[in-house]
Amino acid sequence: MAEIIVVTSGKGGVGKTTTSAAIGTGLALKGHKTVIIDFDVGLRNLDLIMGCERRVVYDFVNVINGEANLNQALIKDKRVDKLNILPASQTRDKDALTLEGVQKVLDELKKTHDFIVCDSPAGIEKGAHMAMYFADRALVVTNPEVSSVRDSDRILGILQSKTLRAEKGEEPVTEHLLLTRYSPDRVERGEMLGVKDVEEILSIPLLGVIPESKAVLSASNQGQPVILDTETDAGQAYDDAVRRLLGEDVEHRFLNSAKKGLFSRMFGGR
Amino acid sequence: MQDTEAALDSEVCFKLKGSRITMTILELYRYDYQSFNDALSATISNAPDFFRQTPVVLSLERCPASAHVDFIELGELCREYGMIPVAVRGGSEQQIVAANVAGLPSLPPASVSSRAPEPAAEPAPVAEEISVPVSANRVITQPVRSGQQVYAPGGDLVVLAPVSAGAEILADGNIHVYAPLRGRALAGVQGDASARIFCQSLEAELISIAGNYKVNEDLQGALWKQAIKAELEGDQLFISPL
Repeated sequence: MAEIIVVTSGKGGVGKTTTSAAIGTGLALKGHKTVIIDFDVGLRNLDLIMGCERRVVYDFVNVINGEANLNQALIKDKRVDKLNILPASQTRDKDALTLEGVQKVLDELKKTHDFIVCDSPAGIEKGAHMAMYFADRALVVTNPEVSSVRDSDRILGILQSKTLRAEKGEEPVTEHLLLTRYSPDRVERGEMLGVKDVEEILSIPLLGVIPESKAVLSASNQGQPVILDTETDAGQAYDDAVRRLLGEDVEHRFLNSAKKGLFSRMFGGR
Repeated sequence: MQDTEAALDSEVCFKLKGSRITMTILELYRYDYQSFNDALSATISNAPDFFRQTPVVLSLERCPASAHVDFIELGELCREYGMIPVAVRGGSEQQIVAANVAGLPSLPPASVSSRAPEPAAEPAPVAEEISVPVSANRVITQPVRSGQQVYAPGGDLVVLAPVSAGAEILADGNIHVYAPLRGRALAGVQGDASARIFCQSLEAELISIAGNYKVNEDLQGALWKQAIKAELEGDQLFISPL
């Protein structure tokens, strides 16, 4: 049975699309047939981050409206076997999405995929609602600053009440916290919230901490999911997160300042 | 004594206060003029003095939602026998509207489970001593997130998880938070000045009892992030360690 994972945050610019691309690619790299869907209709970005913008013919809204079938709209990733991308429409807005339409597409994708990663738009309006409604798991992307944490908290409240699972009274959506743009130096200087602070406020399990990294920007400019840069800290951190998502027990890294030297990093204490 | 004099001297001509009063409930199973009249007169004849000038609350919780009740007629009948209907409790939307039209305000139902219409073994109005408003405590085990609002009408609210900044919890009675309280907590919202707030870590945006409040700025003192209780002393909100 396919699992639907929504990548959401409430706040914009925290790294939802970067995370969707990285996690989706990571799951496919581990051998799971995966599709990443861009729900940000009108502000299409996922195709750029994935480097497939030149191959977009049909999109998510076309499929919902029956103007194209799924196979025509799905873009097969050239680097990773088992990875598909379903781009958003740039010329439409969020009203083009309907729950029935989204459900139809998700049901179809479920037949052929193990994981469906839904890249949510920012905000708490229709687009975000559509992206989270059918989710089994939610990856809440948060930056270590108060406004982002507050918005994530709001999204967690909505996940508990406005999803199919909540409405049917089923097992609630499984929540994971992914802390991105984390800078241990700035935490030590007291300029940024620490992992512990964010965990305490949101009280959901931590899936991973992605360090602030130049690699993320250069990867997205090249249209390459950062998880493919296996030499970089951000790439490795996303790989850890994917392994944890799949149930592996992986110790958290990149929580302390790198200046502490090789010795303390090898022993990886918090 | 001083208080009374002060009240008499002041310019204010009244003060609103919350209070709990024991009242008689008339639990209605169905209504038609003849049988209601017969049953009521039989009940009253047993103890004519007992019901003189007695305020009663009409409970519709055991009355089928579709049942039509003529509240104006019912009210007149009650008054004939010395009972004064003051409000209805529970009931379907139509019944509540009809009651409102007849000048009877509606109170929240005592509990959801008693709403189920049950065939009455003895279809006579039964008077029972019960306190109003009835305790309707709520226990919340999930975190109360930013943007969420939780209200315990007519009772206490117990929260076993954090209350986030931007969340609001309200109760007619006391509020207990067995975790950090970071949002707003308003106890005694119907005016019960004896309501209290308890929390394990005071990090609130605002706490209020019966309309007397303190905002975050006023809370950031020695008791910040401590386990506290808050209560009213006169009109002063008083916070002390637990």
